[in-house]
Amino acid sequence: MSRAQSGVSDPIVYRHFRKNSGGRLFFQTVVARAYPRLIGQQREKSWMFFDVFLPLLSVAAYVFVYRAIGAPEEYVGFVVIGGAMTAFWMNVLWSMSSQLYWEKEQGNLALYIMAPNSMMAVLLGMAMGGLVATALRAIVIVVIGSWLFGVQYEVSNYLQLFVVFLLAMIALYGMGMMSASMFLLLSREAWHLSNLAQEPIYLVSGFFFPIKNLSFWVAFSASLIPLTLGLDAMRQLVFPSGESLGFLSVRVEIAILVGLSVVFLIGARYLLAYMERLAIQEGRLTESRR
Amino acid sequence: MTSVNREESVSKIPKWIRSFRLAAWLGWQIESNWADPFLFAIYSLVKPISGAAILVIMYSVITGGDFESPIFPYIYLGNAFYIYVGAVMTGISWAVIDDREHYKTLKYIYVAPIHFPTYLLGRGVARFIIASISVAVVILFGVLFLSLSIDLAAVKWLLFIASLLVGVIMLALLGLILAGMMLLLVHHMWGLGEAVAGALYLFSGAIFPLEVLPPFLRWIGYLLPITYWLELLRRSLVGSVAEAFPTFAGLTDIELFWILLGLTVFYGVLAFVVFRVCESKARDRGLIDVVTNY
Repeated sequence: MSRAQSGVSDPIVYRHFRKNSGGRLFFQTVVARAYPRLIGQQREKSWMFFDVFLPLLSVAAYVFVYRAIGAPEEYVGFVVIGGAMTAFWMNVLWSMSSQLYWEKEQGNLALYIMAPNSMMAVLLGMAMGGLVATALRAIVIVVIGSWLFGVQYEVSNYLQLFVVFLLAMIALYGMGMMSASMFLLLSREAWHLSNLAQEPIYLVSGFFFPIKNLSFWVAFSASLIPLTLGLDAMRQLVFPSGESLGFLSVRVEIAILVGLSVVFLIGARYLLAYMERLAIQEGRLTESRR
Repeated sequence: MTSVNREESVSKIPKWIRSFRLAAWLGWQIESNWADPFLFAIYSLVKPISGAAILVIMYSVITGGDFESPIFPYIYLGNAFYIYVGAVMTGISWAVIDDREHYKTLKYIYVAPIHFPTYLLGRGVARFIIASISVAVVILFGVLFLSLSIDLAAVKWLLFIASLLVGVIMLALLGLILAGMMLLLVHHMWGLGEAVAGALYLFSGAIFPLEVLPPFLRWIGYLLPITYWLELLRRSLVGSVAEAFPTFAGLTDIELFWILLGLTVFYGVLAFVVFRVCESKARDRGLIDVVTNY
């Protein structure tokens, strides 16, 4: 078949075959990888049900525990906010950290690595799509939880609240991008590690109680997980007594979250480069070992 | 023993016992051989201890560490024994997903000369063993560090052992119902076990007395065998708990046990009916060997 017959020589058609590279390819990759999370997930309505229903069950259980022991009503609000944030942690754990491992299991990882696009763009697309999709679920959990249990909010500073949430998410998803590379070096342990990183993280990060109630050094160590400080700062900003129960001042927590965001994003870049190098050198990183 | 003799002796063992024994062994290998024993032990204990610690901290923040109050053993023991629910019930149903989606061996197992429901029940044994160790460690932790008062001389051992045994059988049967449903599900099988375990956690009064639930939701708890099972276990270990809460104050231990037994028989019959119906439908629809990659 000649070029004329194939239509490639036609300048109008040829434009569609233009080779992408650089920033354009990076951006297209981000959009392409975010698409299934942002649009595809919304098409599966029943996923929405499970993603909202499961965290709401644990929220309700912990709320009733607080009510059984006569806790002040603000603690109910702490649980609702903490329960909503579990959606982000679950998303980072199962759909960021473990994602490349799943791709390996299903045979897609080799295609990812062979394709001319940046793996960083793939991870960024995953993170952005996951963040927006999970935010929708978290909002639904907060709205339903607050309505069911009559939670009252009193936001003291909207700008700080927005900044805290944004920074916590950047740092959290940066951590997810970084750990995706680390998880890839694992085999069956990946699933077990993700499974293990639920209750212990809920405990040390204070998802259902103020982190201040743990000892300083435990809270300090747990601050490596961005949701710890993010949650603490948000509670301080949306509940009247939140400030008295806060671990550090909101300004200090914002500064630490900025640092964590930078460290995790740079770490993700380096670990990803290491993982790609390993894939090429050893040629066995993409094999699925059950 | 020659291979012919061995084959003869194996064939004398009833099929369901063989299926159960081998499934239990297989389950143990799958659960434990991904890590060295030390790492595996830590993995098995960290999750349940963390779950208990969340409740302990919540409790101590509000009550200032009043571990003598009867609500504390109520919450602590309920949460500790609930570990069995997640492990046994979801463990059995998870075997369907594991074999079908992950290892892609369900079709071979299904056509092998084994008793399939018994095979699935056997797959829950490993998780039962791990859960038993976790429950023991969590309770021991409570006794040693949290003033959880269990007087070994006052424990009603017969009631405890009988309740535990009936309860574990009941959980296995509930697991079989879920396993049957899993055979039919191609979507959401990942969430089903968690959703059921989460709902039971909420409605069975595992970590708070049923009176705390709104009245229109309490009746769900009364229909669940887990509610009676947890109450019996608490009563057999710490008798004073029963007197402190009105939920079942009007019922004696024996009455509660009979209710548990009755509900277990009911759910047992239901489990075999549901499983057979689901299995038959799964075969008709060609779902036994489906791999969804979902």
